[in-house]
Order: sequence, then C-alpha cells, then structure tokens
Amino acid sequence: MGMDKRNFMKVSGLAFLGLGSEVKAGNHSSGNEQGHAADTSGVRWAMVVDTRKCKEDCTACIDACHTVHNVPEIEGTKHEIMWIWKAPYEHVFAIEHKEYRLIADYLKGKPTMTLCNHCDEPPCVRVCPTKATFKREADGIVMMDYHRCIGCRFCMAACPYGSRSFNYVDPQKHLDLDSLQNHFPTRTKGVVEKCNFCAERLANGQIPACVEACRKDGEGALVFGDLNDPNSKVNELIRKNHTIRRKPELGTMPMVYYIV
Amino acid sequence: MFDKIIYGSRKYYAWVIFLLLVMGVGFVLYLYQLQEGLGVTGMSRDVSWGFYIAQFTFLVGVAASGLMVVLPYYLHDYKAFGKITILGEFLAVGSVLMCMTFIFVDMGKPERVMNVILHPTPNSIMFWDMTVLSVYLLLNLVIAFPMVAAEKKGLPPPYWYLKPIIYLSIAWAPLIHTVTAFLYAGLPGRHLWLTAIMAARFLASAFAAGPALLIILYLILTRVTNWTAGDKPLRKIAQIVVYAMIANMFFLGLEFFTAFYSKIPGHTHSLSYMFGIHGEMNWLVPFMWASVIIGLGSIVFMLFPQVRNNNKTLVLGCIGIFVACWIDKGLGLIVGGFIPNPLNYVREYTPTLVELGISAAIFALGALVITVLYKMVAGVREEAEA
Repeated sequence: MGMDKRNFMKVSGLAFLGLGSEVKAGNHSSGNEQGHAADTSGVRWAMVVDTRKCKEDCTACIDACHTVHNVPEIEGTKHEIMWIWKAPYEHVFAIEHKEYRLIADYLKGKPTMTLCNHCDEPPCVRVCPTKATFKREADGIVMMDYHRCIGCRFCMAACPYGSRSFNYVDPQKHLDLDSLQNHFPTRTKGVVEKCNFCAERLANGQIPACVEACRKDGEGALVFGDLNDPNSKVNELIRKNHTIRRKPELGTMPMVYYIV
Repeated sequence: MFDKIIYGSRKYYAWVIFLLLVMGVGFVLYLYQLQEGLGVTGMSRDVSWGFYIAQFTFLVGVAASGLMVVLPYYLHDYKAFGKITILGEFLAVGSVLMCMTFIFVDMGKPERVMNVILHPTPNSIMFWDMTVLSVYLLLNLVIAFPMVAAEKKGLPPPYWYLKPIIYLSIAWAPLIHTVTAFLYAGLPGRHLWLTAIMAARFLASAFAAGPALLIILYLILTRVTNWTAGDKPLRKIAQIVVYAMIANMFFLGLEFFTAFYSKIPGHTHSLSYMFGIHGEMNWLVPFMWASVIIGLGSIVFMLFPQVRNNNKTLVLGCIGIFVACWIDKGLGLIVGGFIPNPLNYVREYTPTLVELGISAAIFALGALVITVLYKMVAGVREEAEA
C-alpha cells in the first residue's frame, strides 16, 4: 500500500513546482494571449513529409519503425497494427471521389506516408478515460501508457486520421521472437498503440527511426525537428514551401506537414 | 419479500433455467474471448466499436422507462401510474445492469476496469457516463426496494426520505441519455455523430422504446400472474410512446435535411452508406429502411384510439416501435458512424457468432433480473389483495 513511485514523484514534483508557481503563472498568461494558438514556447516536435522525394516502392521508414518498436505483422486490414504506413494521396487527404479528376497526375494514387499527427489539440487525449494516452507538455508528443490502457477504444473513435491500432489478437504470436528489440516493450492483446515520434530515441539524442532510415536508404523525404526553433529544418521548410496538413478544418492542429 | 423470487410455478422455473443456460453458454464464449482477445468479434481497426457498444447505447434508452411513469405520477399526480412506477424503476435497473455488462465485455483489458476510478479523468465523457449510469442505478435501487418492502407490510411508502430521492432521480434520468449522446456528439471527424441534435434524438428514442417495452412487459406480467393494475395506465403510456416516436422520426428527418440539402460530403457519407442512397448494397441497408418503414407505420397505426385501446393491437404497435428504435440505435448508429473510415475507405463490419452469443447472454442476464424483480412485485401484491 502507501504511495507508489509514480505518485510520489507526482506529489514531490507538484510541491517543487509550487515554489516557482508565481514565475510560471506569469509566463503562462503572456504566452496564451492569442487564445488557442499552438504553444510557441518550449519544444514542439514536428515532421515534414516531402512527398516529391518519397520513392513509391521504398518502405525503408516503415520497416525501420516497425522493427525498432516490435510492431507485429498481421495479415489483413482487420487486425493489422500500423504506426507508419502508405496510402494513396487521395485517401490520406480524404478527397471526394467527384474531385479525383482535379488531382495533379503525379499525385493521383501516389502512395503517401501517414502516421500519428501528434496534434496540438488531440481528440484522442481528450476522450481517454484513464489518461493512458496523453500529450507531453514539454514537447507535444502524444504518448501511450500501455500499462494503463483499458482497451475501451474511445481514442480510436476520436482520432480523425485512423492513426491508432488496437491489439485484437495477441501480438506476441505475430512477432519473430528471436529478433526482438529489447529497448522497446512488446504489447499485449487488448491495448491500443500508435506512433510515438520515437520518444525513446529522442531521449537518447537520436532522431526518429523512420527519418534516419529515409535519410540512409531513401531520398530524405522525412524531416524532423523543433517547429518552435526558427533555425530548425522543419521550420525553414514550412516557411519556404506551401505545406498542407490533414483535415485542418477540424482544429486538431496536426504536427505533420506535407509538401506536395 | 425475497421469498417470492424463490418460489414459483413450473413455468417460472423453466424460464429462469432457460435464461441461466443462455447465460452459461455466453459465459463460456466470454472466456474464449478473454483468452483470444477481441479479435474473435467482427470489430476491426476501422470499425472499432460494434454490436456490444451499440447494445449499450440502445439500452441506456430503455432505462428511460422509469422516468416516463415516475414523472407523471409524482410531479403531475397522475394516479393511474401509482401501481406501475415500480415496474418502470425495476426495468431501469435491469437495463442499466445490461449497459454496464456490455461496456465490460467490450473492454480489451477488463482487469484494468478500476483504472477509470483510480485515474479519474473529468475531460473524458466516458468518466461522466460511468458516473451518471452508476448513480442512476443506485437511485432506482434505493427507491424501489423500500417501496416493495412497505407494500409487503401493508404500510404507505416511507416518503419522508424517498421523496427527495425520487425527485433527484427524475432530474437525473435525462442525464444518462444526454451524457451517453455526448460520447459520440463531440468527436471531430465522425460526421454521423457530430450533430448537436444527438442528445435530443437519444431522449426521444428512449422515451419511445423504453415505455413501449414497459407496456409489453406489463401485459406479460398481468397474464402470468394474478396481479393487475388494470388497463388505464397503458392508455396513457401508449400516448407518450406515440408522441416520443413522432419526435424521434422527426429528428431523424432533420439529420437527413441538413446532410443532403447542404450537400457537405462528410455529412452525407455515413447516411448514404447506411441507407444505400447511391444504390450500393450492404447488410445494413434493408435493416435501416425497415426501421424507417416500421417506425412510421407504427406511428400511423398507433394514432388510432381503437388500436391503443385494444391490448392485442397495442402490443403490435409497441413491438413495432421498439424494433424500429433498436435497429436505429442498436444496429445502425454506431457501426454507421465508422463507415467510411477516416481515409474514406468503406470497411464493413459484421458481428460474429461469438459476439452475438455473448450479447444474448447479457440480454438473458437483464431478462433474469427483470423477471425476478417483477415476480417479487407481483407476488407481494397478489398476497396483499388476497
């Protein structure tokens, strides 16, 4: 009984924050004057997908991601687990069938990268009844606690991008247990999972596995960095190119930008 | 008073044993689901809620049966409902129990259910839904049992403390429909659900389906026991059912107008899929049309006083309305909301036999709870009248 480690850390952390609360509060109000604009202070990890550079038959990013995160390979669309995958351009951007003929030839049917958008206003986080999915305030990554998730799948109903997968079957049965990556946990049946922007690699100063693989084996179509840093590559790309995001009208403010 | 549950006729025992058998089969199926994971259901990455959550949603509505008899009796002194308020309350008890069980079997990690309480999250509507449903269950139990106990002793109900609880339960009942509707109505990107009228639709269909079932159950109860409160309450409930069903169908019409007159694609997709507007067939289409036709047909049928005044035709009308509402919420609404998926692919859903078996067991559980509670009420009253 008593207090577990996590709760102890929480309480002691709160007590510590209390000491500096005056300074904190001051900063906060000035930063929030424009209402709900994305937080411009601190780190905001973001990704730019340059679809012009993405080769159609290349799956380096997917392979790298699914390997380092022990993502099982399950046949069929019903139970598959996908952290990052390719879908035709018109589907990724949910373009109406009637308007297909207005899509540029080079984009029509083009396999386009898609993953969790790490929204600044994530609906999945809003609906989760246990805070098993949460947004890290420090850098905006939308994370999952696989040990707290109750498997209610409210987050899957809430995600407007279909970025979440549920372990309908035991993932262990679909993994090559000999080539497991020991630095990342495997999951059990009954929990939801998704892309975590490689939070575990960022903690070690590494870039996300997909970005690294794309640089090495692809054409460098994936760029990752701090959106709030004016000198970052993502910041520069977004300033110098016309970028689009998926379903911006929903106000979720995705952190994945596309150059088409 | 609980002795009335234990002693009964041969038919009563046969019915109870039948329900227990269905529950037993469902329990074994649930163990299988627990072992294998939710992959044994028809649910998928794209349609991530299915038959279970749809039944939960529909049964929240059935729980409204209580309010529609309790409110007229206590707030409007409509005396004809005096003898049946307790039936409404016990029907609500059975319904809410089924709701909770359906949620439970839908969970990927049922052993972690207490996380909802250990890590309360007020920004999640699921947290509030759990709260309003639990409290509503508790209110109905706290009200109904002392009433039966008082009847057993031939005393007036202990209103000195029950009245405030009854008034609270009247105010509380609309919350369960509203909050359940909010589970769906606040999700960006699910256009079928993203409608401000969702809670109003839930209330309307609840006030139609719940009391319709209450009429059917009352007629069964008065046939299988020697107790009756006459036909007068039924006439009034039937009117309530018709009015509520008219509102329900009207609201559905409003959804169609907004979607298809505005022609905003996202708003039309799910409705088009469910009703096969563009000629594509899927298993939902005949059900959805049947729901509309049976719903409208039952309204017209029940508008005739002769129909409502004859128990045989009244039951037919009530069955029609109940079935129409069940298809609408228990089949169409939840599944339809997921199709097409966020990437505009049509990925269909069909429940599996395992899923239906487990669901049947939960319905049997609800039927058992309602059976024994009704048996108790009727038994106590038979004795009092004798």
